[in-house]
Amino acid sequence: MGKLSISMKEFENISSRDAFGKALTIMGKKVPELVLLGADALGSTRGAAFAKMFPKRTFNFGIAEQEMIAAAAGFATCGKIPIATAYGFLISMRACEQVRTDICYPNLNVKLMATHTGLSMATGGTTHHCTEDIAIMRSFANLTVVAPSDAIETAKAVESVIYYPGPVYLRMGRGEIPNVYSRDYKFEIGKSILLRKGNDVTIIAFGIMLVEALKAAEVLVKENIQARVINMHTIKPIDKDAIIKAASETGAIITAEEHTVCGGLGEAVAGVTSAFCPVPLIRIGIQDTFCGIGPEDGLRKKLGLTAENIIQASKKVILMKK
Amino acid sequence: MLITKKRNWRNNKLKKLNSMELVKKANELRLLSLEMINEAGGGHIGGSLSAMDIMTALYFNILNIDPENPKKKDRDRFILSAGHKAAGYIPVLAERGFLDKKLLATFNKLDSPFGMHPDMNKISGCEMSTGSLGHGLAIGLGMALALRMDNYDSRVFVLMGDGEIDEGTVWEAAMGAAHHSTDNLIAIVDYNKCSMDGPINQIINIEPIEEKWYSFGWEVRRINGHNMDEILTALSNLPNEKGKPTVIIADTIKGKGVSSIEGDYHWHYGLLSDKQLLSARKKLGEEQ
Repeated sequence: MGKLSISMKEFENISSRDAFGKALTIMGKKVPELVLLGADALGSTRGAAFAKMFPKRTFNFGIAEQEMIAAAAGFATCGKIPIATAYGFLISMRACEQVRTDICYPNLNVKLMATHTGLSMATGGTTHHCTEDIAIMRSFANLTVVAPSDAIETAKAVESVIYYPGPVYLRMGRGEIPNVYSRDYKFEIGKSILLRKGNDVTIIAFGIMLVEALKAAEVLVKENIQARVINMHTIKPIDKDAIIKAASETGAIITAEEHTVCGGLGEAVAGVTSAFCPVPLIRIGIQDTFCGIGPEDGLRKKLGLTAENIIQASKKVILMKK
Repeated sequence: MLITKKRNWRNNKLKKLNSMELVKKANELRLLSLEMINEAGGGHIGGSLSAMDIMTALYFNILNIDPENPKKKDRDRFILSAGHKAAGYIPVLAERGFLDKKLLATFNKLDSPFGMHPDMNKISGCEMSTGSLGHGLAIGLGMALALRMDNYDSRVFVLMGDGEIDEGTVWEAAMGAAHHSTDNLIAIVDYNKCSMDGPINQIINIEPIEEKWYSFGWEVRRINGHNMDEILTALSNLPNEKGKPTVIIADTIKGKGVSSIEGDYHWHYGLLSDKQLLSARKKLGEEQ
């Protein structure tokens, strides 16, 4: 394990997507075993900077994600640390069996770096929405699932994932997530981050929904509701201790994810609370439907993925407390 | 549990077997495979026997490998992409010194290190966990690229079934290997003309097979997969053309070595009767 050294300063005024590209080049210099694999999307996934800097360590497989993921397994058996990049829906669905059988089953050190997840490609329609990937990926043994939010967290996650032993699915969202963090902090895979203290209700979220969760908490405080906000950037292995603590101290939980509620963060959290500390829990997410086409904000509003939805759900869940 | 062989075996200094010795060894291994399948109560007999001459030639003449040092970096790699032929492959690894032969009796049993499809983390000498068809060539391509990056002259051999090349990922990898000029990648197609539901040309015709690989940019060799001289010639002096991956299309017979089942697609998976096993013991025993 190398020393974590990516700091806030380098990633202050940069989009989360560009942060990914920049972090890759930083890590490429530090870790000679890194190789970058792409499937004709190195430009849009922001692998291009690494490709330019390390052309001999970059391999393009064309529009053939299954081949790319299987080849990543081959690279890993020879001591390389392959970063396999593609749109999230292609890694999690097109190459699903290769991820499970060629990487997770033999437990190979492959880093699956998925971009354009959630509703990032909103106007792309259902073919390009990536709203089932967490459900699929968290069902595979040996696989770690990480989903950072803003630019600095993306960069820190890239660094941590590369040093983390074993296969990891890194879920990156849209290009422009507003900054959640205003100062430097410690990022550790498997350890959630308390973003806001509160004892009336807990909002657990990741990625873009963290921004909505923080907005909701700001509003709730005006109504005298103190909402705890937790950044659950690692979906698997999930931070059980933080969930149990939140359940027992606040007595009610809201989960928020830009993903279907079937098998996502909400069910992962409910799995912990139902076994260790049952409390009322409402899942904000895509309610078992395909999402249609439209601009991101319009779609999110339509699907109930806004701060307002979190506020309403929070009030409701508080009333459900015994 | 990683099974490695005890240190007192000397197979790492194995003298390469010649063609005649390889024929004998292959028949000995066919019998070992049949005995193992019999003990297990069934197995993938047909394909394990059709590929046995090729696997024997690889493990006892061609591959640069060392059972005493199974992870040495400059070794050749072999991927059994048609993972169900493990019933043939596991006895080969055992005979070559990677595994204790006594363990063959555990095949398919609870907590055995091996069963129908091989697990690389439980079997010393096994380079990749396989079983789902169509994955091996792309995995082999990744290995070939990684080995070339590090300037090893290692080669990667990938053994596929004929029905397996129905899978689209085989052709993704075929295109990729030609594009990336991985002449250290060698595909072998065990063309026994049978898949699970019937004769292959009645299920999905894969002809013209040579032309397909040629047109994808591969060097193609066509051999009789049961003629040891032809096998050795095809597997030697690789690559045939610099910058090009090679495919060896080996015409074989499903169930080769047990006359009562040869060429019959029903024997993809099965268990010989006592009578068939006795007859196979006699015939293969004589041919050793």
